[in-house]
Formats: sequence, C-alpha cells, structure tokens
Amino acid sequence: MKRLRWLIGLIINIIILGVIILCPIPSLLEWQSLLLKRSFLVLFLCGVFCLWRIMRGPTPADRVVAIDILGILILGFCAILGIPTGRDWYIDIGIAWALQSFISTLALAKYLEGRNFDE
Amino acid sequence: MNEKIGIFFIIIGLGFDFFGCLGLIRLPDVYNRLQAATKCVTLGTCSILFGLFLFKGFTAMGIKAILCIIFIILTAPVSAHALARGAHKSGVKLWEKSVCDKYAEDKK
Repeated sequence: MKRLRWLIGLIINIIILGVIILCPIPSLLEWQSLLLKRSFLVLFLCGVFCLWRIMRGPTPADRVVAIDILGILILGFCAILGIPTGRDWYIDIGIAWALQSFISTLALAKYLEGRNFDE
Repeated sequence: MNEKIGIFFIIIGLGFDFFGCLGLIRLPDVYNRLQAATKCVTLGTCSILFGLFLFKGFTAMGIKAILCIIFIILTAPVSAHALARGAHKSGVKLWEKSVCDKYAEDKK
C-alpha cells in the first residue's frame, strides 16, 4: 500500500513536469512560447517550494537551508534565461548571486552555532 | 547537434532540481532536507550550466558557465557541511526514527 502511494505520487509529479514543459499555454512575451524557453517555469515552481519552506520551517536551520538552496536555484534560472533572450549579463547576475549566497550561508551557519563573528 | 544535446542536459537538470525541491518540502528532518536538497540541486544546476555551455560554445557566456560549475562544486558542500554542524550545535533534534548519531557520540 505504501509503495503504491509512492508510485502514484511519482507519476503525478512527472505528469506535472511534463505539462509545464510540453503543453501549450498562453504566454506573455514572444520568446516564451517555444519549448525550451518555457522550461524556466519549473525553476519558478521550485522557488515557490523554497519560499514555502522559508515561511513554514519549524526551526531556524530549516530556513537557512531553504535560503541556500534558493541561491543555487536562481543561478540556474539566470542561466536558462540567458539562452532565449541572448543577453550575456544574466549569467553575471547569477555569479554575483551565488557568491553572495555562499557568504551569507556561512555567516548564518556561524550564527546558528552561537559564536561571535570575529572568532 | 550541439543544441539537441544541450536541451537534453537542461531537461535532466530541471528534473533533478524539481525533485530536490520536492524533497525539501516532503522530508521530515533538517538533516534529511539538507541531504536531499543540496545534492540534487547542485547536480541539477551544474547540468543546466553545462547545457548552456553546449549551446554557446567557447564564447564569453560559455566560459562563465564553466566557471560557475567549478564554483558551485567547490562551495555547495562547504556550506552544507557548515549548516549541518551549526544545526547540530544549536540543538536541533533528529527525527525520532533516526538510527544513529555519530557526531553526538564523538563529542562525549
């Protein structure tokens, strides 16, 4: 019974991914209507999951984990957004965001340990 | 041809990212969430960046993508390790069905 539920959940998730990537939905801009170019909606959904964990996390450590993951996701988001628009500077934003996310994660981890920052 | 392989890598990366974030929601514990999310999302984003490199070739954007892959592979395990250590030291309890806790045994 448990494995059946697990299998049904896996199939539903794959269907959600396929619907987002493959099905034609009305889009706002012109380049959003092509196949690959709409796949950043999956990353948008992942970002919404991370924000949900930031809101609901029972401990502060959960929130810091979600912030760390959100930083890495946004790097991928900028990378995908650079392909259809053809602008070079999206990946620059991604690099800067990843650097800042790494440093802030280390600082928050040290804060969780309960030490001072200058130790 | 390069673009088809690039699309293949990007879709694999999107799948890894999606299931990693699903694990961030569904798993019961801080350490489980950290394990699922960090590994899956790091590999997925590296795959997306490699697909971008296959699209663009050796232009400025492609080389920046390779630099991003190296940066992520170096820094994501470091931040995950620091977070797990900080969470354990700040007293976050494990899940009640967890089997063993070697770090607490070592500290005694």
